[in-house]
Amino acid sequence: MAEELRVLLQYADQINPESADDYVKVGGYKGLEKARSMDRKALIDEVKKSGLRGRGGAGFNAGMKWSFVPQDAPIKYVVCNLDEGEPGTYKDRIICEKNAQALLEGMAICGTAISSKQGYIYCRGEYPFVVELLKNAIKSAKASGALGDFDIEVRMGAGAYVCGEETALIESIEGHRGEPRFKPPFPGVEGLWAAPTVVNNVETFACLPNILANGAEWFAGIGATRYPGTKIVTLTGDIENATYFEVPTNVTLRDVIFTLGGGVKNGKKFKAVQVGGTSGAFIPEQNLDTQIDFDSMGSIGAALGSGAVFVLDETRDIVDVVTRISKFFEHESCGKCNPCREGTFRLREIMEKVNAGRGTTQDMDNLLLLSKVMQKAALCGLGQAAPIPIESTIKHFRYEYLRKI
Amino acid sequence: MANYKDIINSCREKRGGIIEAFHALQAEYNYIPQDALVEAARVFGVSEAQAYGVATFYSYLSVENRGKYIIRMCESAPCHVAGADAVIRAIENYLDIKVGETTADGKFTIELCECIGQCQATPVITINSQPVFNVTPEKVPEILDACK
Ligand SMILES: Cc1cc2nc3c(=O)[nH]c(=O)nc-3n(C[C@H](O)[C@H](O)[C@H](O)COP(=O)(O)O)c2cc1C
Ligand code: SF4
Ligand code: FES
Repeated sequence: MAEELRVLLQYADQINPESADDYVKVGGYKGLEKARSMDRKALIDEVKKSGLRGRGGAGFNAGMKWSFVPQDAPIKYVVCNLDEGEPGTYKDRIICEKNAQALLEGMAICGTAISSKQGYIYCRGEYPFVVELLKNAIKSAKASGALGDFDIEVRMGAGAYVCGEETALIESIEGHRGEPRFKPPFPGVEGLWAAPTVVNNVETFACLPNILANGAEWFAGIGATRYPGTKIVTLTGDIENATYFEVPTNVTLRDVIFTLGGGVKNGKKFKAVQVGGTSGAFIPEQNLDTQIDFDSMGSIGAALGSGAVFVLDETRDIVDVVTRISKFFEHESCGKCNPCREGTFRLREIMEKVNAGRGTTQDMDNLLLLSKVMQKAALCGLGQAAPIPIESTIKHFRYEYLRKI
Repeated sequence: MANYKDIINSCREKRGGIIEAFHALQAEYNYIPQDALVEAARVFGVSEAQAYGVATFYSYLSVENRGKYIIRMCESAPCHVAGADAVIRAIENYLDIKVGETTADGKFTIELCECIGQCQATPVITINSQPVFNVTPEKVPEILDACK
């Protein structure tokens, strides 16, 4: 039986997220205190040992990422990715609205580990009220002395999905067009204003206070062994309980949808679920008994991504939904590289043709071929992932396409 | 109305802060006027072409004058299946303009956007960045009439 496990959201709606004092009353800033008492290497080792992996999509071990930062660089930055542009996702907003101080504490812990004095939170332009909340939370934390000499500045994005990609995000903070950079060098070595920079997701940072306060073993013991901890998922589409849940990472998709989510809306039958946001694969019924952790999702050709869970009932026209998604990618492609600029345009064009009933099986072959090219040749994750909804639906829901041809 | 030079100056201490300056300008004028863009380029030490390149890259920023109320309809997949198309048609009909246009009295502009992170209450629109939840075609007149 699946149940919520609230760690990040344990005190949701019981404390004022802006108030450092409220947070301290429920045990806040103990993790940072512990981190400051530790030797830097021991601190990074502790985070590594906890098994904490990035919650922004790529699933990289957080402690490992920090360990790449050169120790001798005079200036380093801690950057929090609050761009949250993945359609169907709002978990980072929820973390800020319920427990903003934990994010600040997590960033300061990272600052301690890599000896950085300056953090940035890059918040999407669609959340101006979160920007205000965070500014107040930072003021409160600074006034209470909890952050010590670690400073945090909030910067606001301006409606570009690609700015969630870490190097595009850095470009945007620098005041440029949000176009991804070539990697390497990775941000850990050369990031914001060419200084070593750690970029982590909101949820990743927010996990840290508890890891330090309760120990690496405690965290490693929650959920799936290779992707431990909890994950906040957001349920959308044809689902009874269209809301968010914090669950251990070993819960199955079926439990998320049918137990917590209350099943498909209005008693209809299930058709498909897209996990991880709009760039994720569509998954059929037979794969629902898979755990939601990063590797288990990968094993069925899906991705946990941001933790968005978008459910479609039996009456939905998958080709129409995927056509809409192909427009999203055409619109959001930054245009820097050809496979994506041209590829997202062609994918949308062919999908519209198929959706309008004018397609042929040759079009489907072309979609699959283009999909392969983009996954291999696009510069950043946007162009690489753009064809995945199409590829996965041709694989699992081919009959829906054939019906329109 | 605040002077655009003062607005830009209030951001000049922020390294790379031209986007912050653009946000502040838009908060005042609803778009980035030409003169202000030129001034921002000067203050942040970039060419006018670069400043224009930045302003036009981001869908939230506009270099063209817009209405007092900017209505944005989320079109992303969760809002799409919840009936975004019908809502946008209702908005267009009620205001008698198309997406991208501004009403003759300068009051409303309609734009499309992608997910704004309020997917617990689809379909969602924003009015000057304020989200409005669970919008239906029937609710559109009432929602728009409330904009004075
Ligand atoms: C197109 C694109 C959009 C992305 N959007 C986000 C986002 O909104 N939030 C986020 O945390 N990571 C996003 N990422 C992943 C980041 O590049 C990066 O991997 C992440 O912020 C690292 O943090 P983590 O290791 O804590 O997950 C995106 C990646 C791509 C390619
Ligand atoms: S893959 Fe797309 S979004 Fe990424 S750099 Fe290339 S054009 Fe830009
Ligand atoms: S999909 Fe419309 S608000 Fe998220």
